[in-house]
Amino acid sequence: MEAITKQNVTFKVFRFNEETDYLPYYNTYTLEVTHEEVVLDILNRIKWDHDGSLSYRRSCRHGICGVCSIKVNGKGILACKSRLFELIEAFGNELTIEPLSTKRAIKDLIIDKKDFWDKHAVVKPFLTGDIDEAPTSEHLVSPHDAEKLLEADYCIQCGACHYSCPAVEINDQFMGPAAFASAYRFSADVRDTESEDRLHLTNEEASGVWDCVKCMECAEVCPKEVNPIEKITKLHNMIFEAGIAKNNVATRHAVGFAHSIAKHGLLDEGELVRYSEGNIGVLKHVPVALKMFSKGKIVLPWNMPKSDKLDEIQKLIKSSSTVKF
Amino acid sequence: MKELKYALFTGCTAKESTPEQMMSTLAVAKKLGIELIELTEASCCGASHLQDYDDFLSLVLNARNIAYAEKHGLTMVTICNTCQLNTAMTKHRLDHNADLKAKVNAKLAEVGLEYKGTSQVTHFLYAIIDDFGLDKIKEMVVKPLSQFNIAPFYGCHNIRPSELQNETHQNKENAYNPTSLDDLIIACGGVNVDYNEKNKCCGFHAELQAPHTAAVLTGNAVAGAMDANADWMVTPCPLCHLKLDTQTHHASVAIGRDVSLPVLHMQQMIGLALGCTASELGLKHHVTKVNFV
Ligand code: SF4
Ligand code: SF4
Ligand code: SF4
Ligand code: SF4
Ligand code: FES
Repeated sequence: MEAITKQNVTFKVFRFNEETDYLPYYNTYTLEVTHEEVVLDILNRIKWDHDGSLSYRRSCRHGICGVCSIKVNGKGILACKSRLFELIEAFGNELTIEPLSTKRAIKDLIIDKKDFWDKHAVVKPFLTGDIDEAPTSEHLVSPHDAEKLLEADYCIQCGACHYSCPAVEINDQFMGPAAFASAYRFSADVRDTESEDRLHLTNEEASGVWDCVKCMECAEVCPKEVNPIEKITKLHNMIFEAGIAKNNVATRHAVGFAHSIAKHGLLDEGELVRYSEGNIGVLKHVPVALKMFSKGKIVLPWNMPKSDKLDEIQKLIKSSSTVKF
Repeated sequence: MKELKYALFTGCTAKESTPEQMMSTLAVAKKLGIELIELTEASCCGASHLQDYDDFLSLVLNARNIAYAEKHGLTMVTICNTCQLNTAMTKHRLDHNADLKAKVNAKLAEVGLEYKGTSQVTHFLYAIIDDFGLDKIKEMVVKPLSQFNIAPFYGCHNIRPSELQNETHQNKENAYNPTSLDDLIIACGGVNVDYNEKNKCCGFHAELQAPHTAAVLTGNAVAGAMDANADWMVTPCPLCHLKLDTQTHHASVAIGRDVSLPVLHMQQMIGLALGCTASELGLKHHVTKVNFV
């Protein structure tokens, strides 16, 4: 085994008490740490040896309860799982410890997660089914069917993805990656009977899946490798497959790619905007389009470049398409 | 060093709204002695939106693109972050799922093609860093960018999810503290600027569906670079470029503050340092004027 190396690390810790402070501030502690320590060990040492008033949540110490999630240098982590050596490797030996969402801080690293739980509750995060009151056998799920969950059931509701999601940050209606992962988890369950209901819920404009900006941060941050954006993509697919996609700018934007590729192989950028927005909606893009045109950034329809061997692409679109809009 | 040769997947944007990106890619490749064989047969990658509509169709089309790179026996180089993500994601899924690969190949067989999994897929930025080397770029610089504070804007789809992205990188990138573009700026003699938004999203992919969210993200990014005293920004992604270069009006309205900075494609930055002319690099095709050349 490798020798345990020790090193000095400076921790800048976010402090705030809703009841007594107008503004947050940071306390700095320099500690000698061993590389196999986790962040929760550091928080405990600060609390026990330096300042008993430091507040943070922890319970299971095993990456299961999900309450200890915080941010270190902007990265969402579980304090009880995240090893110091990985953080030092990524950020050097000055680490800033903050709550998941500074604007929701109640006391130090503890935040008010109400918006997270409210949005989670909206997607009906439970199984609904017809249960025989006097069953004679177990209701078994085959391994094949269980795989369809794509491990969405590993989610521990820690909120790291939710409070790292730029769409949640800006648009407070947006349900967020964890709620969507949950919606998928139950809708993909073969025993469930409310799948379509959940698809309708996640299909709403502003709050639903269409407002995701596809930054992939939820996939990056999740400590349980739930990969919420993968589930969001699945929800998009299920919404189209179930035939409940509304005819709006978001759905036309997705479908428009297929139309364009069938025609040119490449994307016709101008036509995609027109098709997505409609003939009236497109007008709001005219000022920018004119500026772009004057800089030689707009290809006119009759000059649209085409892929070579377009016939191959068209043939594949005919034979490989799996959905209709 | 043996001559570097790649199959170039241009994507659509380089052929349409960012002609300067195509020009500067070719100009820089020529300077560096890198041979690029353009995959003229390639289709659009679907930009993650076709994937939302018809996942299987997008797999087939992306596999077809890679199959053409395989025919040349070359690594595929992309010049768009989103092309990179969608193509690499397709490759990852097919290489790890024999059933899916067989299903896709059954379709490709109809047009006489096969996806084998023999070609790597990498973004031009990482091809330069991993294969060409920043030390060599440094030696070749004739007009160092030392007068400029340059803000790197990485673009989500080159750095996240890092597990997938790092499959092809020799120099691993950390999504929370990326360094590749900073290193490139330094190699070109410039001063790299640190700011919070450098690894954040510009909002491009939700511009039509969620215009306010998208505009705020763009505004925050440019404001962050301005507050860090950047003279200009640089990005490896033409989609980020479009957003940051052409949408600052909406962004300014959304965040209630006038923001605007010249934005260069990574290829244009290298080109400037290597002594390419403004016209070779297509600098006149920018909406936000490149005011320093
Ligand atoms: S990919 Fe979508 S849901 Fe995930 S963090 Fe980004 S915007 Fe949020
Ligand atoms: S998906 Fe992952 S990051 Fe998000 S709440 Fe669940 S466990 Fe946490
Ligand atoms: S990501 Fe954009 S540029 Fe790249 S192929 Fe797709 S549509 Fe074209
Ligand atoms: S929104 Fe911008 S930064 Fe994010 S992936 Fe798209 S182009 Fe890149
Ligand atoms: S203490 Fe339970 S997940 Fe960290």
